[in-house]
Amino acid sequence: MTDDLDDIKAMMAEATPRPDPGRRAENLTLAEKNFDMLQGSRGGPRLTPATGQKGLLSGVRHMLDSLTTKGGLTATTALVACGFLFMTPTGQDLWQQAPAAKSTEIGPDSTVAQTRTETAADDTSVEARDSEEAGGLAPEVMEAPVDNIVANPNSPPPPAITLNEQTEGGFHDLGNANATAILSLESAPLDLAAEAHSRSQFAPSTLVAPAPAADYPILQQETNTEAFPDAAPNPLKITQDSPVSTFSIDVDTAAYSVVRSSLMAGQVPPKEAVRIEEMINYFPYDYPAPDADDGPFRPTVSSMTTPWNPDTQLVHIALQGQLPAIETRPPLNLVFLIDTSGSMDQPNKLPLLKQSLMLMLDQLRPEDEVAIVAYAGSAGEVLAPTPASEKGMILAALARLGAGGGTNGQSGLEQAYAIADQMAEDGEVSRVLLATDGDFNIGIHEPDALKDFISDKRDTGTYLSVLGFGRGNLDDATMQALAQNGNGTAAYIDTLSEAQKVLVDQLTGALFTIAGDVKIQVEWNPAEVAEYRLIGYETRALNREDFNNDKVDAGELGAGHSVTAVYEITPVGSPAQLSEPLRYAAENTVATTGELGFLKLRYKAPGENVSELIETPIRHGSEAGSDARFAAAIAGFGQLLRDDTYLGDWSFDDAIALANANRGEDAFGYRSEAVQLMRLAESLSQ
Amino acid sequence: MTTSDEDLAFAAANGDRQAFSSLLDRHYDRLFAFCFRLTGARAEAEDLTQDICAALPAKLGSYQRRAKVTTWLYKVAVNAAHDRRRRRASYTKATEGWGDWEMNRTAAIADTNRAVDWLTMAMRTLPEDLRDTLALVLDDMTHAQAGDILGVSEGTVSWRISEAKRMLRAIKEMEDAG
Repeated sequence: MTDDLDDIKAMMAEATPRPDPGRRAENLTLAEKNFDMLQGSRGGPRLTPATGQKGLLSGVRHMLDSLTTKGGLTATTALVACGFLFMTPTGQDLWQQAPAAKSTEIGPDSTVAQTRTETAADDTSVEARDSEEAGGLAPEVMEAPVDNIVANPNSPPPPAITLNEQTEGGFHDLGNANATAILSLESAPLDLAAEAHSRSQFAPSTLVAPAPAADYPILQQETNTEAFPDAAPNPLKITQDSPVSTFSIDVDTAAYSVVRSSLMAGQVPPKEAVRIEEMINYFPYDYPAPDADDGPFRPTVSSMTTPWNPDTQLVHIALQGQLPAIETRPPLNLVFLIDTSGSMDQPNKLPLLKQSLMLMLDQLRPEDEVAIVAYAGSAGEVLAPTPASEKGMILAALARLGAGGGTNGQSGLEQAYAIADQMAEDGEVSRVLLATDGDFNIGIHEPDALKDFISDKRDTGTYLSVLGFGRGNLDDATMQALAQNGNGTAAYIDTLSEAQKVLVDQLTGALFTIAGDVKIQVEWNPAEVAEYRLIGYETRALNREDFNNDKVDAGELGAGHSVTAVYEITPVGSPAQLSEPLRYAAENTVATTGELGFLKLRYKAPGENVSELIETPIRHGSEAGSDARFAAAIAGFGQLLRDDTYLGDWSFDDAIALANANRGEDAFGYRSEAVQLMRLAESLSQ
Repeated sequence: MTTSDEDLAFAAANGDRQAFSSLLDRHYDRLFAFCFRLTGARAEAEDLTQDICAALPAKLGSYQRRAKVTTWLYKVAVNAAHDRRRRRASYTKATEGWGDWEMNRTAAIADTNRAVDWLTMAMRTLPEDLRDTLALVLDDMTHAQAGDILGVSEGTVSWRISEAKRMLRAIKEMEDAG
């Protein structure tokens, strides 16, 4: 009997066609759009700030926000203004005093009414101005998607092409709107990609969806608005032309966690999210530590044959920071600046954040102080500076936090810094710890002004670290920029075990700086090295002259941190050389000294303004250990994820083999996890 | 290592957009294949899949934490197919999915043509409820799961399957005789 069914089953399998890729992408987009719309309507009731006061002002603003037509806004504003004129004594006076009070002027002509009101009373003028702002803003927001398609000269190709590319590119995450954004970006003219720090924020569904957003006038629609710094990989440099390579260290680890969270969800991460130096620096390495009176860190240089190219060499530059005695650390002032906007109301955001901070509390000493500032539509102090010994109070304050409202990042930051200033005393370390999903949707009108503000505060000694949570609207680009300007680190917390790593195991390094503005400059010897390429550090590049300029900011090294930079170099005469020597170049007269290059490091001791210099030649023959080899495997993994062109047919399998062979002791299991991720990436990218 | 379907669906029901996208991306192909089995025509299957995709976000509310995602998804699919048939029936009774087969047949590979023709004819002969049940069981659902999806008892599913087999056998015999 079952034979019948088996037959028919086989026939059925034969007859079933593959889904049409175009329709597939369309249907997935449709589903996502409906999902978003549903979130918007479901999220509606939650949008009032759960923390902070609910006044008349916020009520009026909320009402105006949810009105979407210009006409509607004008009418409402006019009504409020007229009401004011007729109902209140001040308004009455004004009305009587009006020199030419003809009926036309008090009709629906809101401009006149508004001007009156503004001069009349403070409160009302604020409201009127608010509503003016809202009136100006609302239509802009609504029209934005259309602009994206029509007016933007860099706009991606028409929807159909975008979809085709997606499928032909073999992307696994066809339905992921994020992938749409990346591909559109790639096909955009090159000058867009060349802007190293330009941010790419598309609302992808609006690019693909046939109907403009005007059908769904919900202002706070949740679409995937993730933004990553858009930096092209470092190009190959010819030593003869530009022998000097300068960059700032980077001890952030956010990129690795973002890659992990993408892979765990079954999607290949967007290329912009893969910052190779952050992936390499995620792992603890056992580099030789400096001696007690040897300066804050110690450089180690080693080289090995490049795993993906037998004719080139990888040169590892590793810095190991000193781990000062933890017992003698200065008291710590911590201001938690917590994003409680509506978008944080997801299991992997606010609840995870609370748990993470609770883990961290156990690491603090009684003399440390903690304050909590929450910011949603309005910023508010949730917990005044409290000694860490009052754990119950701190936990209760954390538990009170609820999510709702837009994100006013700027006023939150200002308030957090103000509190940090109050707490600061001589000999203490102050930090603002910003925890957010990066969705600064209101309050930042000028990102540059915000950066300047943070830089100023950095100079007063209060540093800023950023903890990212959740996916969907992770503004990695802004978070990265904030942490860089605030002399802090950016970490992305996707799981409680990542919180354990960042906030418990490596807390000391994250909060106590042992060397500031650490810059690396390598001058390659053209007699030995024909070409070189720095792997990663795209967002950290410095100009050659910046190295000696102490005014130029660079990355900080925390207690016990290690930093690794990897160069791929092509020795002179190697068959791997990609560039031809110049016919008319001046004859190279540099004697071969056996030196590949010369490494220079600059850093400032904490609190100093003048930098110190460390110099050491890079020589042949210091063979790389297993730590450096593991770093090479990660560098290769990152380049595979970015589809870099230098790897030839080196594959995930090779990366897995190399990483497995150099896993070392791996007490925390981080390296095993990396191997798992490589395996996952391999299956996903097939 | 990868997040389970069930966790993804739970996260999606709680508003996690990425979880929803991943989940749908993961199951789209299987869902489409199932829609084809229910309808028997490619274009019809594409449209049905679109209906399901459009309605799925709203249906997330009906997802129960411990339920298997595929079971839930098939339930949504079967209901969507019923809705679609009802709508079609109101303005045209003439074109049933398996009736459009002639169009697809020309595209089919020559070797499988005869078998496929037979399948077309056989599926067309079966009443709708038997066809739906058979589609589920052919997709490796147990009789109990199929019953759960269709809202009938396991015994009913078993009866329908044996009934379907009986009819298929009859068709085959008739063909062999002729």
